[in-house]
Amino acid sequence: MKTLRDVSVGDTVKVVKLHGEGAVKRRIMDMGITKGVEVYVRKLAPLGDPVEVNVRGYELSIRKADAEMIEVE
Amino acid sequence: MDNKQIRIALAGNPNSGKTTLFNKLTGSNQFVGNWPGVTVEKKEGKLIVDKEVVLTDLPGIYSLSPYTLEEVVARNYLIEEKPDAILNIVDATNLERNLYLTTQLTELGIPVVIALNMMDLVKKAGDSINVKELSRQLGCKIVEISALKGDGVKEAALAAIETAKNGKTVPQHTFSGPVEHALAHIEEVTVHNLPEEQQRWYAIKVFERDEKVMDQLKIPADVRTHIEKDIAAAEKELDDDAESIITNERYVYIGETLKGIYKKKGKGQLSVSDKIDRIVTNRILALPIFAVVMFLVYALAMGKSIADGGIAIGTFLTDWANDVLGGAWLTDGSRAILEGWGAAPWLVGLISDGIFAGVGAVLGFVPQMLVLFLMLCLLEDCGYMARIAFIMDRIFRRFGLSGKSFIPMLVGTGCGIPGVMASRTIENERDRRMTIMTTTFMPCGAKMPIIGLIAGALFGGSTWIAVSAYFIGVAAIVVSGIMLKKTKMFAGDPAPFVMELPAYHLPAWGNVLRGTWERGWSFIKRAGTVIVISSIVIWFLTSFGSVNGTFGMVDALYEDEDLVTDEYVAQVADRMGIPEDEVEPMDDSILARIAQPASVVFKPLGFGDWKPTAATVTGLVAKEEVVANFGIMYAYDDQEGEEELEENGDQIWDRVADDFNAFSGGHGKLAAFAFMIFNLLCAPCFAAIGAIKREMNSPKWTWFAIAYQCGFAWVIAFIVWQVGRLFAGGMNIVGLVLALVMLALLCWQLFKPYKEAQKLTVK
Repeated sequence: MKTLRDVSVGDTVKVVKLHGEGAVKRRIMDMGITKGVEVYVRKLAPLGDPVEVNVRGYELSIRKADAEMIEVE
Repeated sequence: MDNKQIRIALAGNPNSGKTTLFNKLTGSNQFVGNWPGVTVEKKEGKLIVDKEVVLTDLPGIYSLSPYTLEEVVARNYLIEEKPDAILNIVDATNLERNLYLTTQLTELGIPVVIALNMMDLVKKAGDSINVKELSRQLGCKIVEISALKGDGVKEAALAAIETAKNGKTVPQHTFSGPVEHALAHIEEVTVHNLPEEQQRWYAIKVFERDEKVMDQLKIPADVRTHIEKDIAAAEKELDDDAESIITNERYVYIGETLKGIYKKKGKGQLSVSDKIDRIVTNRILALPIFAVVMFLVYALAMGKSIADGGIAIGTFLTDWANDVLGGAWLTDGSRAILEGWGAAPWLVGLISDGIFAGVGAVLGFVPQMLVLFLMLCLLEDCGYMARIAFIMDRIFRRFGLSGKSFIPMLVGTGCGIPGVMASRTIENERDRRMTIMTTTFMPCGAKMPIIGLIAGALFGGSTWIAVSAYFIGVAAIVVSGIMLKKTKMFAGDPAPFVMELPAYHLPAWGNVLRGTWERGWSFIKRAGTVIVISSIVIWFLTSFGSVNGTFGMVDALYEDEDLVTDEYVAQVADRMGIPEDEVEPMDDSILARIAQPASVVFKPLGFGDWKPTAATVTGLVAKEEVVANFGIMYAYDDQEGEEELEENGDQIWDRVADDFNAFSGGHGKLAAFAFMIFNLLCAPCFAAIGAIKREMNSPKWTWFAIAYQCGFAWVIAFIVWQVGRLFAGGMNIVGLVLALVMLALLCWQLFKPYKEAQKLTVK
């Protein structure tokens, strides 16, 4: 299973499914990362975590541990 | 029209211009408070266009989920208080995510008016939005505004009032077949007795299995099993959990709606904000830029005063406020005036040394704080604050802190009060509380003289003592962070982990100045009372006492030779264990009397003598008082001697060293080090405690913070003293065993595994 964590900086991917449950999952989805949406991985933070992605036209910071819950194509 | 007051709620995403709009709509008619029971700030104001209408500013939220405090506060207000209308501010440059909240707001059965902000930016980028069609699709009126310029703001307010009087918003979007089927069932069996317009919202929440709504509705078990079947059927058909289905379908609906409405001209070109961000959070440049920004914040607010060749306008103004305004005008000035009037000495003391010294202490910090807040507001408003969290997150989250905790800690090395107040920028309540509790572990400027005294008196002026003080401070923060995040008090609530990085923009000066003033004023108002009252109490304890059976101000009583006989002086000297010629009026103060028995508390830490005990207590007024009090207690007399006592107590070093060696059985160094550790880590000065009280906004949490700090300081000093004597000789086996047990408990709490919570505990 490929997750958002594995995507290299500069790539755009499509979200297939969200794993996990509860508050964490809901928050990710509330911010617009839902099934079928395109996510562009813009950059890594200077210390290697979190990741900055562009989704639905705005910038979002997400920790790698949480990016692991997002299955992508 | 009836005479009922109209209430309108202002709702919208963070960074959508909500604060700017609120300020434009209400002007100076604002009242700031807190939402009941929580630390989330609540702002209300009267509309400029119609003073009869009250506008309530809801917290900035992305959704109405049950998982964050802000969202729960907002939805409770909307459902329970039922305002007459919702003014929903929507950022046109970020339409999809902003409308996600709108789809939820329109389900509440409250009329909604949309204020479409930043349309000018959309047009400037060459994009277009068919506002008329969007309004028709969403089923609510839309007013185009620019909150920053003030365009359309009045129209939006009038539209909201009009809608509040006779509007109605019916949710236009529907979910997919299986969901609607389940919703119809739920409406039929569980929510039919609720107000009609709220039924859909409740039905959707029940479908989502929203814990808070389920608890509130108290659905009988048999009905629950019945609807659970419907939900499960929908989940099976759509292959996802109910909550995700709803979220997903909302975004799908928005995507469909916007298809013909939102036309983007260019794709892929970088905006100005993107270009700035490429440099500012660049992998190589981000940390140096961060360091420069932090240096500027520190240097301007806390650093070397302008008067001493630095650039710190904050320090300059605070020095002035402390020395001139507080010291010369308030304290000395009031004394001169009162004495001129022939007021009783106790009254002069109470007003000048008690009340005005306390007021001066409060006022003294205000300029520095205002400068600091001004810069923090700027960083927040221009969008850099979110990047600080982005850059520092990796380090700080391990200790249960936020990336934004860096600023309070940095500022805390100058002064803990603005440090604690700077925690305000941390949105997450848990991270904020943790930051407030640990910030004052950093050795602040006023603790430096204590370190100087100990290093000079017992360690030959070794610089390692100061280095170790910083090391201990940082270690205390890290250890406390890790330990506390595993406790029940902190493990309760989930931490947000996904954060928007808003576009950079020029700060809106109106917002920045207003924000700066609000924070400064709230410090004066709420921290002030604590500081003034405690200053008076300590003043009373140090100035009053009983001399040879007569109670009064000790300074005055000591001038009475009938009372202070040679015999009596001998008694006092004997009681305090000092030579007769060193007896001071203060030896008879209440403080000295209670310090003697109270010093028992510090016996296991190696400094169970009345002098360090009394010094520690007066350190609560201000940490620099510790050294000043040592000066008094070790009878350094600057009246007769030529020079004033140095800040680090230079002249009394020998006496302090002798005394520490004497009462600790020859382990003066160890006892002094334990004393220093305790004073570094224990409860900060009253002014900082006031700031903690202000920021915690809860007596329970304030007391918990103070108790934790004192307890932690005691335990660490205890371990150092007991284990230290294992090497230095003279060990106490019971003490050593206890110290090792404490150490083991600390380690256990540090290394035990723990799991992040999923549920929010607040109702």
